[in-house]
Amino acid sequence: MSIEVNIDKFRADSPMTDFLRMERMPHIWCPGCGIGTVVNSFAEAVKKSGMDMDKLAVISGIGCTGRVAGYVNFDSIHTTHGRAIPVATGLKLANPDMKVVVVSGDGDLTGIGGNHFIHAARRNMDIMVICVNNFTYGMTGGQLTPTTPQTANASTTPYGNYEYPFSLPFLADACGATYVARWTSLHARNITKSIREALNHKGFSFIEVIAPCTTLYQRRNRLGDGLDALEYYKEEAGVEKDVDTREVGIDFQGDIAMGRFVKQDKPTYEEAVNERYANVLGDDYQLYGMSKPEREEKAKREAEDRAKMQALMDDEEAQMMAEDMGVDEEGL
Amino acid sequence: MRKTAADPKGVLEGSHFLDGDHAIAEGALAAGCRFFAGYPITPSTETAERFAERCPGVGGMFIQMEDEIASIAALVGGAWGGQKVMTVTSGPGLSLMMENLGLAVMTETPMVIADVQRAGPSTGLPTLPAQQDMMQIRWGSHGDYRIIALCPDSPQECFDLTVEAFNLSETYRVPVFIMTDETVGHMHEKVVIPPAEDIEVVERNYYEGPKADYRPYKFTGKDVAPMVKAGDGYRFHLTGLTHDERGYPHLTVEQNEKVVTHLIEKIDSNADKIIQLDESEMDGAEVVVVSYGITSRIVSRAVQLAREEGIKTGSMRLITIWPFAEKRIEELAGKVKAIVVPEINYGQMVREVERSAAGRCKVVSVPHCGGAVHDPEVILDAIKEASK
Repeated sequence: MSIEVNIDKFRADSPMTDFLRMERMPHIWCPGCGIGTVVNSFAEAVKKSGMDMDKLAVISGIGCTGRVAGYVNFDSIHTTHGRAIPVATGLKLANPDMKVVVVSGDGDLTGIGGNHFIHAARRNMDIMVICVNNFTYGMTGGQLTPTTPQTANASTTPYGNYEYPFSLPFLADACGATYVARWTSLHARNITKSIREALNHKGFSFIEVIAPCTTLYQRRNRLGDGLDALEYYKEEAGVEKDVDTREVGIDFQGDIAMGRFVKQDKPTYEEAVNERYANVLGDDYQLYGMSKPEREEKAKREAEDRAKMQALMDDEEAQMMAEDMGVDEEGL
Repeated sequence: MRKTAADPKGVLEGSHFLDGDHAIAEGALAAGCRFFAGYPITPSTETAERFAERCPGVGGMFIQMEDEIASIAALVGGAWGGQKVMTVTSGPGLSLMMENLGLAVMTETPMVIADVQRAGPSTGLPTLPAQQDMMQIRWGSHGDYRIIALCPDSPQECFDLTVEAFNLSETYRVPVFIMTDETVGHMHEKVVIPPAEDIEVVERNYYEGPKADYRPYKFTGKDVAPMVKAGDGYRFHLTGLTHDERGYPHLTVEQNEKVVTHLIEKIDSNADKIIQLDESEMDGAEVVVVSYGITSRIVSRAVQLAREEGIKTGSMRLITIWPFAEKRIEELAGKVKAIVVPEINYGQMVREVERSAAGRCKVVSVPHCGGAVHDPEVILDAIKEASK
């Protein structure tokens, strides 16, 4: 059976036309892959946020998820393997008006890029990191990553994995991230909501999305197709409130604790820099020519915008609850 | 390219007693660099320290990154964020930067990288001079590419050439290296920083036109497309993959040929404009000593001694290392008996001299293992031997 797709019509009709580079469709991802869900949720979150899209940059590393930067219609950089976070750090610090979002995979962010990940979290760098965690290096053919659960089969652990995996929310939390959440690619609405919250959060925010790699991880472990993965998420993933991030590790096909695990206010790297320099240098300190009153005015404006956005999100939530639209009560 | 006077805010006008490392930081600030990302490594750290101390006062940003990989990666983001950017390092750190040097080359991102060379391999002699990274910067990142490299022999030139490095980097959208060494880096001398209006600075060439028509690249092999900065609504895309003029991946052999040829030709076709040489006593010279950086200062003594002994000896100092002055060497090789090439390595730039001379004259290498400069007598002996 073959399905006829009118690609021009698809490009023109898509509700995401303004948010995605439709001229680059179709994308490279496999049927059943979870990355598309994350991209969709991301675009949806940006759309709902009403933010100035010119002030948003998306940076990716290498791998399947590394291709996200190429499909979103924002300032974007597809960097080298593992280096999305330092590139994002440079962009953010050189141009503090930008909201900078890193979207990349588990291998990219926590294997080759692990050092950058922990230090960006430690500094509370004001960037958002979305990690599509499919427990495998997809682009290179299904090798072991730092998140692959024990006993899972990967092409470089053909007899099953014997390494201890990272639990990413715990890692991010321990390193100083000020917003940490986890969902699965089944929970698109929660992802969208989490991304909106993170867009409105000042500081290092980390969102992990557990997603299927049907072509490699699912197949190699005889776990069926994309739909089977979603069935597994439906069965085993549940929202945990007030959970200690030390307790959210994932065993092979085991429980998946979801939710927003961390949200706290703490000065960001840039705020700490400004405060320290201003204390020592007084009015002489003008980052990129911005005086202290200008900085304070900007901070005030941004805080008001964030409060407004939060109020809007709260209203929407209340309205949805009132209309009983089935919003996940246990959600955020 | 828009040339203007320097922003007085970054210019520490006056006569100073500075070492080469500090002079590089002052050159960067004078050139308008307001973003520095680096990682400490001997003997380059003083540049980072100077920038860290000076940048809040001039409204710049300094960040000590977690390693050299992150440092140069941050420069790619910083440059497209709209700043002039730089980092500094030495051999082992330079090795770590090779990956994202490739990304900077491929995305045609302007940046300046100062390499204060120390003796290797590996940790080697961290506190002592060498000139052993000359080929690493040229070939160290995978694939075919070109960069520009300048080689100061004094703290004054560290200042002057750092300004020049930023100007070249903006003109050709290419990483530019300042190839200094531990001795020049830690040598204190008089450095005169001129008033801002006397310092010529090339401002970034920003695109001005309809947003939909913006293309971050053009593959002419002659010049480069204007840039934009993040946040201005152009929605640019950059990738390390082979790409088209919009910056989108275009993974064909034909496109790769276009891109790589452009990366090479934009430098090679402008080599005559880029290359600076400092020649002395060349008239009627039988032997010419070609050198660069700290070695040039030893050479001036050796040349003096040789002339005292009646050997007609000239000196050519390579201020620009890459692109290499192959035409001038070729021309010279037809006129002189021999070219002598002392350098603090086991023979790196001498290979370029040999290639350019192509057998038309004798080429004599005067190697040094690193950790010290040459004894002028050793160079003198080589000149004498070569003149026979």
